[in-house]
Amino acid sequence: MFAFAVRRLLVSIPVFIVSTFLVFLLVAYGADPLGQLRAKNPPPSQATLNALANQLYLNHNLVDRYWHWFTQLFGHGSWGPSINAGVDVGQLLWTSLQLTIRLVVLAMVVAVLLAVVSGVISATRQYSKLDYSITVIGFLFLSLPVFWFAMLLKQAAVNFNNSTGSYFLSTYGANTPGLTGWSVFSDAIGHLILPTIVLAMSSYASWSRFQRASMLDVLGSDYLRLARAKGLSRRKVMIRHGLRTALIPLTTQVALDVAAILGGAVLTEQVFGWQGMGTMLINGINAQDSNVILAWLTVAAVIVIVFNLLADLLYAVLDPRIRLG
Amino acid sequence: MSTATGPGALGATPSTSLLEPVLAVENLTVDFPTPDGVVRAVRGVSYQLGGGEVLGIVGESGSGKSVTSMAVMGLLPRTARVSGSVRFRGRELIGLNDKQMTEVRGQKIAMIFQDPMTSLNPVYKIGYQLAEAVLAHRRISRAEAQKRAVELLDLVGIPFPQRRIDQYPHEFSGGMRQRVVIAIAMANDPDVIIADEPTTALDVTVQAQVLEALRAAQAETGAATVLITHDLGVIAGQADRVLVMYAGKPVEIGSVDDIYYAPRMPYTLGLLGSLPRLDVRKQERLTPIQGAPPSLVNLPPGCPFTPRCPMAQDRCETAEPELRSVGSATHLAACHYSDQLADREKAAEVFAHSAADSRLPTEFGAEPPPETLGAPAEVLAEDNVIDGAQGEGPRQGEGGVR
Amino acid sequence: MQDREFTVRARSQRRLVMQRFVQHRLAVASLVVLVLVILVAFVGGALWKYQYTEITNDNLQSPSMNHPFGTDSNGYDYLSQVLRGTQISLEIAFSVAAMATVVGTVWGAVAGYYRGWADSLMMRVVDLILTVPILAAGALMTKKVQNSGWWALALVIAALSWPAVSRIVRGQVLSLREKEYVEAARALGAKDGRIIFRHLLPNIAGQVIVVVTILVALAILTESALSYLGFGVQSPNVSLGLLISNNQTALQGGQWWLFWFPGLFIVLICLSVNFIGDGLRDAFDPTQQRVRA
Repeated sequence: MFAFAVRRLLVSIPVFIVSTFLVFLLVAYGADPLGQLRAKNPPPSQATLNALANQLYLNHNLVDRYWHWFTQLFGHGSWGPSINAGVDVGQLLWTSLQLTIRLVVLAMVVAVLLAVVSGVISATRQYSKLDYSITVIGFLFLSLPVFWFAMLLKQAAVNFNNSTGSYFLSTYGANTPGLTGWSVFSDAIGHLILPTIVLAMSSYASWSRFQRASMLDVLGSDYLRLARAKGLSRRKVMIRHGLRTALIPLTTQVALDVAAILGGAVLTEQVFGWQGMGTMLINGINAQDSNVILAWLTVAAVIVIVFNLLADLLYAVLDPRIRLG
Repeated sequence: MSTATGPGALGATPSTSLLEPVLAVENLTVDFPTPDGVVRAVRGVSYQLGGGEVLGIVGESGSGKSVTSMAVMGLLPRTARVSGSVRFRGRELIGLNDKQMTEVRGQKIAMIFQDPMTSLNPVYKIGYQLAEAVLAHRRISRAEAQKRAVELLDLVGIPFPQRRIDQYPHEFSGGMRQRVVIAIAMANDPDVIIADEPTTALDVTVQAQVLEALRAAQAETGAATVLITHDLGVIAGQADRVLVMYAGKPVEIGSVDDIYYAPRMPYTLGLLGSLPRLDVRKQERLTPIQGAPPSLVNLPPGCPFTPRCPMAQDRCETAEPELRSVGSATHLAACHYSDQLADREKAAEVFAHSAADSRLPTEFGAEPPPETLGAPAEVLAEDNVIDGAQGEGPRQGEGGVR
Repeated sequence: MQDREFTVRARSQRRLVMQRFVQHRLAVASLVVLVLVILVAFVGGALWKYQYTEITNDNLQSPSMNHPFGTDSNGYDYLSQVLRGTQISLEIAFSVAAMATVVGTVWGAVAGYYRGWADSLMMRVVDLILTVPILAAGALMTKKVQNSGWWALALVIAALSWPAVSRIVRGQVLSLREKEYVEAARALGAKDGRIIFRHLLPNIAGQVIVVVTILVALAILTESALSYLGFGVQSPNVSLGLLISNNQTALQGGQWWLFWFPGLFIVLICLSVNFIGDGLRDAFDPTQQRVRA
């Protein structure tokens, strides 16, 4: 088991490195910091542009630039300069990440729990009214554009706040500055509720369908039938043999969807005005700030690779058959 | 059908006629509603099982033999409609709720399924799954349950059981997995063991080991056994009595000797005639039963075997024959013309003239007759894309026992 | 002796699939709805009295007989805007689905069939592309091609979507290649290409069709998200996402029609496509256990 984990870890590292190169290529061809500045009115002087080009190491070929960026990051811990002189990319990344991680982790936990529960209910009461309702609601959530739903919820919350006079549900930002003690925590919760619901709902919808299918597969299996023939109660059979085995495929599915969740986080943060990773990316792309974009994509790749690794490990824990692989 | 109740009727062996049967099935019917209509999978099965005896249930796929046993265990899907009576030691099982049935399952009546590769949960250790069977019905410590697991593995002939209980199913071969399933079945000393095609998915060489394990289970627990199979060779070696099923109904029931030496229903005759025999000197061509079993959705009136029966007359198409005694009180057959089958040698003659290849020489290596028998079908034809149950492959042609 | 054996009509595979699909009332209803939406968007849009470029003098009017979807702050008739947006979104979505499916299917089938190092290499490429969130890479790339037509946007989304298709197809091919009819075909001398195209692909066609429907829905959602963020379809072109983005404050301001209509259209299209996909999945799956009688 330990050997398996170490092996998977070692494989992840070259994947990560190649991924950074791919990302670098993407940004190098996709983002043009100088072009953006030249289009301004009035355009900055040529001297300014030259200085910036030097700063951003743009006057070298692609491989040199990549190597420069790579060594700066892993040798000196520097993400490179931003177009905005006053901004430290590393610092921006850190503050943005803190907010986004909170949201993403909470949303994933909520989505997984809801998906498992509704998937199991749907499968065990297949074709009942409850199953149909859950299915239709699931499809509805799958078809809702994230940003549109976020706006809807935001307006509903505003109406709710106005009518009840409570301001617990916040619709803007991640927190209210200037609070101390317990209220910092409850304030954070209040700011988290709406974005979490929005981010969780589309993941919930697809995972719930997935869990239902997985559960149905298991419900029709021979070993489940044998477990019942042993004289175990329905509940024990369902949980010990059914759920336990049906959860295994979900772990890989959750890991595969992390990238999509990060995308959803971008949209959610835009609507709710969070200064998280999403806003950082959008601002970066709009300003064609290549180092910011690069930093974002690199961190995203790390998150995806880490989640994939965790999923593989969890899978090996849950399914003894693959531990020898 | 005889209306007499009590142990003497319906084919109980004379030696147990004074004892109450452990399992008494009477007029069991099972219907499945489907988009195409109601499938009448079981249409009135009755048998009695005395303590310690082995009843073999024989029939081809679709005859209803598995569904009968699933009905006894209460393991049919919720959509199934079951009627009739199943009594275990006098207690009626049909109509019990699931909670009550869980006390019967695994403890009074145990079941062994067909495919050992999928019968065990792949994520739990063997020892755990064995101990689970024991702990389901007895309040003992986990350590004691594990000890019992080791005992059970030993009883079915698995070497180094102490080591094996910590292994996973994928580390066991098919035959060993089936032996584990047998061990699970006998864990709580059941009174009845139902073995649903226990050797069908296994090689012939492994079959012997599994049957050995089954015998060990019977010896250890003293349980009566219902052995379901389509393999007559297995029946010959294991069973005391045999029940032959066709199209959801029993068509012949009797002792092993009765069935094998004096079959009185053409279907039984056909089954025996299609058996390859290694011990017969003269190499003869097998006499298969032409055609395929009928659809259980729209069963025509009369005897369901009529389309494939070389002895069929007009009466067979209108009236379905009842099970009647043919010679002794314990040997019953459902055929209008069972008297004509008093001579066993007739099998080859009875079926030979209707076999598709009856014109071919009966000795291997002889020259085939000049007429050709048709060109082989185009293998790569468009419509022959098959995926599991979706494909509508050819249904006509050689029947035999599948 | 009369033939009393077969009392249920034998059916070909295609008919079986269609018959099962038709039993899904929801899926059939969704198919009707989708066809209606397509017709209304393209035919209705062309025939409607107002064009999407036409500025009328009615600003910010709520829905009426004259303007069934009301008008926006510039005086555009909102119905024509929504229909035009639907046209563009549908064109993009179907193009994406077609391109991504073709590329992904061939890639996945080849990888799954040959296995070995070719498979490893091909799937590592897939994994790499998938480490980048579609929205992020999409935003970056569409910013670059902003001034090209909608087909550039479709190309970008398709380029990011085909890896997911290839994974699914590869999985299917991996399980099918072990089946006996593949061995039989090989024994009869069939070349690899023939096996892949004539034996494997038709058998996974069902799954692939389902994936296509998922892609259509995904493409619409991705495109509208990108347009909302400002990276997708640009003015003067119209897209449903762009309409929502332009009228973000409409809900607060009381102009509910500016917010609801484009969103509902997105939901309607995605919902019908998803239901159709679900119906198709059940129709192609022979292990269905539905009981009707």
